Amino acid sequence: MINQFGSFSLYFSLLCSSYLIYKSFISQTTINKRLSENVFSVLSVQLVLTLISFFSLIYAFVISDFSNITVYNNSHTLKPLFYKISGAWGNHEGSLLLWLLVLTVFLYVFFITTKKLNIKYRLLTIFFQQIIIFGFLVFIIFTSNPFLNIFPVPEEGLGLNPILQDPALAIHPPLLYVGYVGTSLIFSSSLATLVCGTINKTWASHIKKWILISWIFLSVGILLGSIWAYYELGWGGFWFWDPVENVSLMPWLCLTALLHTIIVLKNRNLFHSWTIILSITTFSLSMSGTFLVRSGILNSIHTFANDPTRGIFILTFLFILIVISVFIFFFNQKNIPDNLKKTYLISKETGILINNWFMMFFLSVVLIGTAYPIFLEVINDSKISVGPPFYHKLMVPFLIPFLFFMAIGPRTKWIKDKVMKFNLSQIILFVICLLISYFITSITNTKYLFSLLLFSLSFYLFFNVIRSFSLKNSTLSQKVSHLGFSLFILSILLNGILSKEISSNMKVGDEINFMNKKITFENIKIEDGANFKTLIGNFKLYDKSQVTDFNPEIRIYNQPETITSEADISSSLYLDNFLVFSLLKNDGYFNVRYQYKPLMFWIWFSIIIMSLGAVISFLKKNEK
Amino acid sequence: MYGKKVKLRAFFIILVFISAVLITFLVINSLKENVVYFKSPTEIKNLTQIDKNKIRIGGMVKKNSIEVNSENLKFIVTDFKNEIIVSYNGAVPNLFEEEKGVVAEGYLQDRKFFKAEKILAKHDENYMPPEVKEAISNN
Repeated sequence: MINQFGSFSLYFSLLCSSYLIYKSFISQTTINKRLSENVFSVLSVQLVLTLISFFSLIYAFVISDFSNITVYNNSHTLKPLFYKISGAWGNHEGSLLLWLLVLTVFLYVFFITTKKLNIKYRLLTIFFQQIIIFGFLVFIIFTSNPFLNIFPVPEEGLGLNPILQDPALAIHPPLLYVGYVGTSLIFSSSLATLVCGTINKTWASHIKKWILISWIFLSVGILLGSIWAYYELGWGGFWFWDPVENVSLMPWLCLTALLHTIIVLKNRNLFHSWTIILSITTFSLSMSGTFLVRSGILNSIHTFANDPTRGIFILTFLFILIVISVFIFFFNQKNIPDNLKKTYLISKETGILINNWFMMFFLSVVLIGTAYPIFLEVINDSKISVGPPFYHKLMVPFLIPFLFFMAIGPRTKWIKDKVMKFNLSQIILFVICLLISYFITSITNTKYLFSLLLFSLSFYLFFNVIRSFSLKNSTLSQKVSHLGFSLFILSILLNGILSKEISSNMKVGDEINFMNKKITFENIKIEDGANFKTLIGNFKLYDKSQVTDFNPEIRIYNQPETITSEADISSSLYLDNFLVFSLLKNDGYFNVRYQYKPLMFWIWFSIIIMSLGAVISFLKKNEK
Repeated sequence: MYGKKVKLRAFFIILVFISAVLITFLVINSLKENVVYFKSPTEIKNLTQIDKNKIRIGGMVKKNSIEVNSENLKFIVTDFKNEIIVSYNGAVPNLFEEEKGVVAEGYLQDRKFFKAEKILAKHDENYMPPEVKEAISNN
């Protein structure tokens, strides 16, 4: 019953979408007030319909209605309620419905917050956004309908992959999707403003809010995914250069570039075409991210079992969207104002341009590393993977100049500045940073020119950002975000050189010695959890006079039958001790892995600070 | 001569071109060195010479083949046609079991012996690495 509700709402929503595409297209020339009210009511109806279908899916999950195939495949009566609900978007069909919901909500919010803007611009934004919504609706209804029935109705569902039964992963997809979908609105709005010929300061300050929102959600979404991978997969790192991670990083890099460019457009009325190109690219990357993750094309160790045929649709749709946008871009060149304004080499504009170059470089590296294996497989059928060494080798050397420009860039003024900014105090500061780095690299035995420079520049950036809080040359949000980034780089570097790990096969009673520490395997006990049995190991870590207990778990789920390891992490501000064990074979041996990870907290926290900067900028009215 | 604008534009285009060439060169060079090929036990058997580079191998863990002691782990990877012995010393992911798919990264010692540096995790109990699926269905 509820299934039919959900399904029909999708069909009606498709009707609304078709109507809006038609209406907004023909009426952008003849505008009157009544029409805009008309569009508004259809938009509201569409929003309500999408909400109905989304909540009927959640309802079906909550009551475990196994006549619904999606529920049957991904749920189980014994699952905790929280994971029944999050199970609604933990699968392909449901996650697309969530995409659709966010698309609709964003467009609605856009419509009610832009009442003061040009009507033609608003209608065109609706037009482009509705094309995207239409495409997604068709995709959902015809290839991945979440409301298909199964008969006879099964007694019990197949259950949700236990590894996904985790609070961080329950909210990770919605956050990431808000970020992804936010870029769709930026895309629609840039095309609309291009057609209207209104790429100017007003548009820039209006769209900047949307860029900020997407950026914040994307950052926090990636952060949560990363934290989840850290403790749930038991690899003990925060980033693995896995294709699935890379596809979320690519739109982030592009969006970060856009976030900087839009500031130039807003303040100096420059970089018009570049802004539009970046908006189109960001959205294409978000779409292809969804496509690559969901199609099973990516050869990833993260990959979930899924259906490759669906990929063709998204790929075609994405291709059409890109072609349309490129056409619009070229046929509306006359609407792009000429950059006749005089620009100088030493100015904030140049600084931001340099930032964009680096972002584009990092983006191309990630893009090639992710896409190359796919192409190679198509071309000569060989199967390859591109690992972390590739990315490190290409990105880390470029971080050195990047950090340097980031340190001096924000201090320059708009329009024109003097070279004299490089005065004695800066040189002294740099020498101090060199000394600190020399000290750090000597005591940790990582004394290479490379790491020395990397450290010095990170410190140089850090101190420059700290100092900038007392100066008045840029906004508070910029300072906070850059502070977050400099802390991020510093914590990554320190974490990278100070991390240690050991793994060993142990029986109860065994002990291992590692870095003046002793780890003993005390005992093991079996307990019952909500929907799993669990083996709880008891380990003791003797570090000088200090004894820490670790109780990692091995959980055995039976619906579906899966074993997961839950790491036990003792976290403090400076240090994470990470211990995880897993089953090997039933002869008493367990595989135990201990990791010593300094500053993990700061890696996570620095991203929060970066996002906080964006939040400050978002909340501020009419900043200069 | 040409106007200032044209000069500026030409300079810009040359700059973009040079950096594009440079990036491509860097990327391709580094790709060559850091790409890891995937091979099935059958492909390894048919190799004309043993690769010195890091590779990935994949297949099913043979039944009753896992041997554990406190130092390391030995098991046999099979694609139901050919087999290879893998020895490994390190952390093992959760879904590593006999008669399940596995992907290991490391170095070939000879055609029958592989020294793994890493065993890769999977998220899904039904998931089989695409390469493994293909390797098995080809045989």
